[in-house]
Amino acid sequence: MLPYLARRLLLAVPLILGIIAFNFFLLQLAPGDLADVLASEQGGAAADAGYVAELRKAFGLDLPVLTQLGVYLKNVLTLDFGFSHRYGVPVASLITERLGGTLLLALTSLVLAVVIGTALGLLASRRPGGVVDSLVSVLSTIAYSAPLFWVGLMLVVLFGVHLQWLPTGGFQEVTQVPLRGLVLWGDRLRHLVLPATTLALFFVAIYARMTRASMIEAMSQDYIRTARAKGLSEGRIALRHGFRNALLPLVTMVGLQAGSLLGGSVVVETVFAWPGMGRLAFEAVSNRDLNLLLSIMLLSSFVVVAVNLTVDLLYAWLDPRIAVSA
Amino acid sequence: MSRLIRALMVTAALAMAGQAGAQQQAGAQQKDTPAYGGTLSAIVHPEPPILSPLLNTATPIVLVATKINDGLVDYANDGAIIPKLAESWDFSKDGLTLAFKLRKGVTWHDGKPFTAADVKFSIEEGLLKYSSTGKRIFKTLAKVETPDDYTVVLTLSQPTPVIYRNLNSQALWLLPKHLYEGTDIRSNPWNAKPIGTGPFRFTEYVRGSHIALDRNPNYWEAGKPYLDRIVFKVIPDAAGRAAAFETGAVQFGQQHPITFADAERLKKTGKFIVDTRGYEFSPTWFWLEPNHKNQYLQHLKVRQAIAHAIDRGLLLKTVWGGYGKPAVSPIPSALKPFHLSEGLQQYAFDPKKAEQLLDEAGFPRKADGFRFKLTHDFIPYGDDYRRTGEFVRQALRRVGIDVTLGSQDLTTWLKSVFTDYNFDLISSWGGSGADPQMGIETRFWSKARQPGTAWTVVSEYKNDELDAALEDAQTQVDPQKRIEDYNTLQRIVQRDLPLIPLFEVDWFSVYDSRLRGLTDTPNQRADNFASVYFASE
Repeated sequence: MLPYLARRLLLAVPLILGIIAFNFFLLQLAPGDLADVLASEQGGAAADAGYVAELRKAFGLDLPVLTQLGVYLKNVLTLDFGFSHRYGVPVASLITERLGGTLLLALTSLVLAVVIGTALGLLASRRPGGVVDSLVSVLSTIAYSAPLFWVGLMLVVLFGVHLQWLPTGGFQEVTQVPLRGLVLWGDRLRHLVLPATTLALFFVAIYARMTRASMIEAMSQDYIRTARAKGLSEGRIALRHGFRNALLPLVTMVGLQAGSLLGGSVVVETVFAWPGMGRLAFEAVSNRDLNLLLSIMLLSSFVVVAVNLTVDLLYAWLDPRIAVSA
Repeated sequence: MSRLIRALMVTAALAMAGQAGAQQQAGAQQKDTPAYGGTLSAIVHPEPPILSPLLNTATPIVLVATKINDGLVDYANDGAIIPKLAESWDFSKDGLTLAFKLRKGVTWHDGKPFTAADVKFSIEEGLLKYSSTGKRIFKTLAKVETPDDYTVVLTLSQPTPVIYRNLNSQALWLLPKHLYEGTDIRSNPWNAKPIGTGPFRFTEYVRGSHIALDRNPNYWEAGKPYLDRIVFKVIPDAAGRAAAFETGAVQFGQQHPITFADAERLKKTGKFIVDTRGYEFSPTWFWLEPNHKNQYLQHLKVRQAIAHAIDRGLLLKTVWGGYGKPAVSPIPSALKPFHLSEGLQQYAFDPKKAEQLLDEAGFPRKADGFRFKLTHDFIPYGDDYRRTGEFVRQALRRVGIDVTLGSQDLTTWLKSVFTDYNFDLISSWGGSGADPQMGIETRFWSKARQPGTAWTVVSEYKNDELDAALEDAQTQVDPQKRIEDYNTLQRIVQRDLPLIPLFEVDWFSVYDSRLRGLTDTPNQRADNFASVYFASE
């Protein structure tokens, strides 16, 4: 087990370095740079001659491309993620400011999606073709096909504007005396409900359908008949024997979802004015904020590598037939 | 005060007289007794990356930062210069010396005194080195002297009238010398949490969420500000912003904070005012710019045909919610001492005339019904701009010009237009600035062509008479002659159509009907909000 882990971790280093280099060259292909963006933002008048060139020099954008990559890689190895010339602050602080919001939203929606999705899938799989199954099927088709921004806006209109039960956006109430303790977390929770629900809905549909399909398949296996012959209760058979075997595709899906959650919630973050990494990444792309964008990509590739490794290890734990070996 | 300055101020006053009249009529400015207290929650969109107009004068940055820091002077609704940190000034007759007497007893928010040394440092080390537009506008500044702690004297190498409209906090951003001296000004951390002299102090900036400012109890203007707090909320989605108004989460947003349809809806509730005042200081105009290297667009008759083919009134009505007026000149009507409304060549909507001009230019309709093909790259600022592109496309197809719409991201658009000059026809808008030399000159002066710099002239159009007029206006001390210089510009542009002015944009603000003091300025975004208050119900 340990040699396997060590080998996978070692392999991850060149993989991540490769991703950085690939991303770097990809971004070089995009027309324009941060200096162009900043020069265009001078309200009411054009910039002075030479201003753009000065900016490029100040930001190191006038250096040869390979030198720029070398500087970035060297800095990353010393855990220096550079300076965002767009925001005028170090990249590391921009990312850490947003990471909390992203994790809170992503993990909440992940847990919601897994719990509700698998529960619905389990219910549906008990009587394929039955009323519950048909209902879950229709609901999950709707949740799967409805555009996220539309779902989000409808929830805002219903719960925010008409019923006024929940805030329409933001991640906390801005008060003159900062909220603390339980009041703060209660407030955060109120702000979290709508965006987390919106983000979870799509995955609830996926988990429900996958769980249903996996369970129906698992429950038709010989070992289930054996278990029934031994006189075990139906609930125990479904959960201990059926569900455990049906879990593998679900774990794969959780891995995929977790990998995309870092930057994948940009639509929900926009609709609900939620300060997360998705919007930060989107703005970094629009503004050609190279250091920031590379660091966000570095972080998300690191997360994907880590999640993949965890999923592989989970496979072996869930199904002893899958062995890990160096 | 010299005769020159008085004359300049009179022309500016005339310029704004019309708007002052409109203001009295609108009736939203009821005279209540100002009430103290309350939090104003306002929309800021897009999110300001930093809070220093020295480094970036984008609207959201100016909107937030100018509440924190005052300028030397400001500009009133009637166009007059009004005192802020400078309590008086004397501009010499020859236009070469600008002397300011600073207010005594003003302190920065950290308690240190504000003195002439701060102003000298801000100009010499900040403005002239780091401000993209400041460097251009103040390029004739020869020296800054501070005979004592409360006097600043600027000496120019030649008269530069445009400077008189660039002395407010937005254009001349003042830095606390004690926090910036000896540092790299561009990456100084105070750019994101400014220490200023203004009515509100910076409290916190939670990126992606909000910026909170609190009342400065030591503000120099006795009894102000009225509000306890201003919270600028970052709400990226237009529907989310409308929902925030409806639930009372915000009470103010400017420069089209919500869609035209939502604005109409909120106006009908009676709880909100949708107001186009407060934008007169830097009017915005929308244009079509042809590439003069294009084999078709280099012909004047083709450009004239395009101007005739577009129904500007219908465009404004269908795409821009009626918020604007057709342009009759390249200088917007709100810039009144300079705007010429009569005697210019005009291009009324007339598709038949357009077809006739295209035939005369030697481009008859071919078998497929079209005369030639063009691409049209609209500025990618959002749906209204895309729809404008679609409108133009439809209008031109009707007269036989086959137009393909190009959709790019903003940075790609900027590069292909201002660096590569790789386009046929673009549509975009810009601010004219408070003086035509700011936002108009750079669209037409052939010497302003700077490959790679946004908003500089992109066409290869060159007219010596026009260049001479613009160059004379740069140093002209006689206000009437300066107006004549810009009249020449307008006549030549309307005749030759180096670019085609389409319409003037009327920005609107949306605010809670209890709010007062928001439109006592021609420049709402850069007003310091010291006089804004909630009227008691």
